[in-house]
Amino acid sequence: MTKKIKNLNLNFGPQHPAAHGVLRLILELDGEVVEKADPHIGLLHRGTEKLIENKTYMQAVPYFDRLDYVAPMNQEHAFALAVEKILKIDVPIRAQYIRVIFCEIGRILSHILNVTTQALDVGALTPSLWGFEERETLMTFYERASGSRLHANYFRAGGVHQDLPKGLEEDIAKFCETFPKIINDLESLLTDNRIFKQRNVDIGVVTKEDALNYSFSGVMIRGSGVPWDLRKSQPYDCYESLDFKIPVGKNGDCYDRYLCRIEEMKESVSIIKQCLAKMEKGPIKSLDGKISPPPKAEIKQSMEALIHHFKLFTEGYRVPKDEIYTAVEAPKGEFGVYLISDGSSKPYKCKIRAPGFSHLQSMDYLIKGHMLADVPAVLGSLDIVFGEVDR
Amino acid sequence: MKNLEDLEKKINSELTTKINNTEIKHNQIYIETDKEDFIDVAIFLKTNQDTKFRQLIDITVVDYPEQNQRFEVIYLFLSHEFNQRLIVKYLIAENEVIPSLTSIFPSANWMEREVFDMYGVSFKNHPDLRRILTDYGFEGHPLRKDFPLTGHSEVRYSEDQKKVISEPVKLEQNYRNFDYESPWEGTKYIKEEIESNDKKN
Repeated sequence: MTKKIKNLNLNFGPQHPAAHGVLRLILELDGEVVEKADPHIGLLHRGTEKLIENKTYMQAVPYFDRLDYVAPMNQEHAFALAVEKILKIDVPIRAQYIRVIFCEIGRILSHILNVTTQALDVGALTPSLWGFEERETLMTFYERASGSRLHANYFRAGGVHQDLPKGLEEDIAKFCETFPKIINDLESLLTDNRIFKQRNVDIGVVTKEDALNYSFSGVMIRGSGVPWDLRKSQPYDCYESLDFKIPVGKNGDCYDRYLCRIEEMKESVSIIKQCLAKMEKGPIKSLDGKISPPPKAEIKQSMEALIHHFKLFTEGYRVPKDEIYTAVEAPKGEFGVYLISDGSSKPYKCKIRAPGFSHLQSMDYLIKGHMLADVPAVLGSLDIVFGEVDR
Repeated sequence: MKNLEDLEKKINSELTTKINNTEIKHNQIYIETDKEDFIDVAIFLKTNQDTKFRQLIDITVVDYPEQNQRFEVIYLFLSHEFNQRLIVKYLIAENEVIPSLTSIFPSANWMEREVFDMYGVSFKNHPDLRRILTDYGFEGHPLRKDFPLTGHSEVRYSEDQKKVISEPVKLEQNYRNFDYESPWEGTKYIKEEIESNDKKN
């Protein structure tokens, strides 16, 4: 006698702590083996692109903070670069260093969160407690520079909003001295940990070929052994003058991606140190009054400054008709902005290319044939943040 | 090919009839083609030894409601081998169905679903063309220029019916779009007056 066995459909999320946000994952299970995964996204869709079309270029910046909210400034960077390229303005060298420092801080922020929560997903509690303490320090740097811990709204086309306050550079330098020890501590908890390895090694393997086919970028493609980093291959701002290495994985599994992230944090610390050493005093935004607002003191003295200030914060600056795609190496991968301007002070279209979107898409391919318990491990190593996936 | 000009020449000579125009801008190649030829162009770009655009970065559409061919479909490609970016685009009318790229680039799946969701452009031979970002049962295509910013319906929890309900948007104050276009950088009548005065003198 034969019995017909039906596969079990299981809803993973949208309220699940290991889903890293609001993901509804519909899993088809044969016993404990996953046969099919169908991610339902969009639960955090806020219509960012539509909103940006209705705001001036300066008002569009805060929306980028709210995409990947664990590394806000990296997104702002892509938008600032796109506008700068169309406007053909140069960014003062000090502003470039400040932007790179904060982008690398963003990378550390994001990688700490990812590494420690991935550990949490597979059962290790301590790393997240240690890691989040460091994140708090880094977010105070954000706060001191921009005024807010998370949604910085700090980068502008042509530079940054304001100069670093007194003492911040020294404090960041101090952090760079102490932080490598914390990375070592985290590594001593995880890298050779038997349980962590059992849960991650040979799980969610991506081949080189598939990494290309599924539009992977960032750690996801480097973990599979493709040496590709936009900071090296298509350098922007002052990355060309900095000396850093690109860690590359071998096997393309969750464990290799974890190792890549740990190494990248070490490289980020070295980049920040180099920037601090090279930084000199100077202007921090474009001196063109038609693009960057004048200092407050000047408004009280100069008629022209007052006019510029008024026009910039009502109409905003106009951007000539053009279209451009610029991408930056955000912590999660290639974050791009496809910007179409029509000569007015609002973008005609601003398409946001989020790395997490194409990573999550491959969930079905990654998880097929794995056990149910591997789902959080794979999801964790994809480094998904729903702010950017859903936009 | 590492050199952008050589690459442009190569593409032009190989695909003469299939592309309408090429242009180099911002260190990227922009190619205009037709809906019918697009699949051939994509296959060539992916497989040719001198192009090797093996990664599809994104697919998007731009809406120009005043044009006859309303939508411009845009594909972004990246070649790791030659470190080049390339943009392919073509125009389509409102109800045209366009070919799907999923058989050539698996990652096109969700990107095309997003385009379908946001602009209502349909794809032929797509394995699973559903809405992706908007809510279950959503109506309309939000990124079209004629879709209002505030949307058509809003969702709230109804205490009476004990469930989430959807009803037409009711705003205390409408979304206000101020026209800040500068009047003092060339208000016509002042300009004309000055010009006529200049002529008189």
